[in-house]
Amino acid sequence: MRHRLFDKTSRTLIMGIPILWIVLFMLLPYGVLLTYSFWLKKYPLFVPAFQFGNYVTLFTDPQYMQVLLRTLKIAALVSGASLLLAYPFAYFIVFRLQSARWRTVLFMAVIAPLWVSYLLRAYVWKTILGTEGILNTALIGLGIVDAPVDAFLYSQFAMVITLTYIFIPFMVMPIYAALEKIPRNLDEASADLGMSAIQTFFRVTVPLSMPGIVAGFTMTFCLSFGDFIAPFLVGGPDGLMVANVITSQFGSALNWPLGSALAVVMLILVLAIISVSDWIEQSGQVEL
Amino acid sequence: MNAVAMTPPRAGKARSTRWIADGAFMTFVCALMAFLYLPIAVLIVFSFNDSRTLTWPLSGFTLDWYVKLFSNTALLEALGNSLYVASCATVLTLMVGIPAAIALDRHQFPGKAVFRRLLLLPIALPGIVTGISMLNMFRIFGFGLSLETVILGHATALLAVVVTQIFARLQRVPKSYGEASSDLGANGLQTFWYVTLPNIKTAIIGAGLLSFVLSFDEIPVTFFLTGRDNTLPMYIYSTMRRGITPEINAIGTLIVLASALLILASVLVLRDRSQRS
Repeated sequence: MRHRLFDKTSRTLIMGIPILWIVLFMLLPYGVLLTYSFWLKKYPLFVPAFQFGNYVTLFTDPQYMQVLLRTLKIAALVSGASLLLAYPFAYFIVFRLQSARWRTVLFMAVIAPLWVSYLLRAYVWKTILGTEGILNTALIGLGIVDAPVDAFLYSQFAMVITLTYIFIPFMVMPIYAALEKIPRNLDEASADLGMSAIQTFFRVTVPLSMPGIVAGFTMTFCLSFGDFIAPFLVGGPDGLMVANVITSQFGSALNWPLGSALAVVMLILVLAIISVSDWIEQSGQVEL
Repeated sequence: MNAVAMTPPRAGKARSTRWIADGAFMTFVCALMAFLYLPIAVLIVFSFNDSRTLTWPLSGFTLDWYVKLFSNTALLEALGNSLYVASCATVLTLMVGIPAAIALDRHQFPGKAVFRRLLLLPIALPGIVTGISMLNMFRIFGFGLSLETVILGHATALLAVVVTQIFARLQRVPKSYGEASSDLGANGLQTFWYVTLPNIKTAIIGAGLLSFVLSFDEIPVTFFLTGRDNTLPMYIYSTMRRGITPEINAIGTLIVLASALLILASVLVLRDRSQRS
């Protein structure tokens, strides 16, 4: 009898604490966020209301659509660049590298920067790419260019480099995990059946590592999509992203309802991307 | 068996193409490592450079930037705030995350899929959404912003990290351990304390270290939820608005050093685990 009571308490605690937390600090805030997004801005602050004006503004004012599309483009470029760097790397250390020790060392070396401050990793690119920055002054010192190249900093190019630098570990981790699960004898079987190494790569390895690619793409896309530090440091006016617009609505523009509506749009987009990636991952699942 | 004797005549060519491919891969890996680590080297080198501007070539060696740090009271206060926030957020997130991971691993209940999706959402959800939604909630219920609201925000944002790490470990602990324990008459709490906990101990330490680092470094959530007090990254961020100085490089170098020590600590924890199993 006493046992059953204990079991019941422990079960209640195990289920209760997380559920309570989710309700209090996730569901409730999302609900409030949604509520706010229907409110009306009225000088000097805002008043409760139920109207879709904020959403209409977002989807009709070209200024917001432009930022949204730019953000999607940059997030896609960052994910693409990360994939191009991460895949060959993961492939090499899983399939080509003979030494297990080196495999661990190289894998750790790519993951380790995650532990180093994200702010600093963005900041250092500002110091490298700036007009008075290290790259420009070095190029001038070497006599390669006469005047500093402005194009490096405050451009979308700078944002893609910086965000790729920051988020690449999130691409390497799932791809590495997916490649590691592929049995080695599939390579041999494919070769025995007359496939070349390149055919084997595209028809066996890549399809089998698809879940890792999708997971990595989702992570890097969503994270760079919502970033506002890198745009602030290296983006310039041409590199403003959705998160910067949200920030300014909560700061100088003081239009919380509009900012909340933008945050809701971001939340829905992220949920949609996660659902699509889950669906792709599940439909492409192969039992090994 | 003699491997060389077994190779067909064509293998010579195949081997040389393989060498070329490996060489290309090796070059690529070196380039990637340079891409990842040269910027960090730049950060460190310029913290010792005796010029106000960050330009090439280096002009001379100095420790002035470090000396300046230790007399900067605003910075030291921000550092103290960050340590407080990161410690509390880590403890809180573990207290919620451990039961959540156990619930996902051991229990079947209606709505489990939704529960799981919500728990893991913050991994891919940009911090700004967490920050703003909690800011809105605190405001609507008339809560003032403080370091404590930051702690609640961090604990929420980091929950997913803790849950994934501990859940992954729990999946490798055989279910039969728990069954054996209850067959021998232990109740749920005893089983947790004497059987489950020792098995996931290193995962908890690893997850705790990681969430401490992530909280220590967090900006998007902090940006919206902090009151008058600054955390260290917020302080650095506001310094950067005024321009770049080698002082930031000096703080950065110390943070890199601290991160390196923590990585070392977590590697030691992991090694401890692999030796035992």
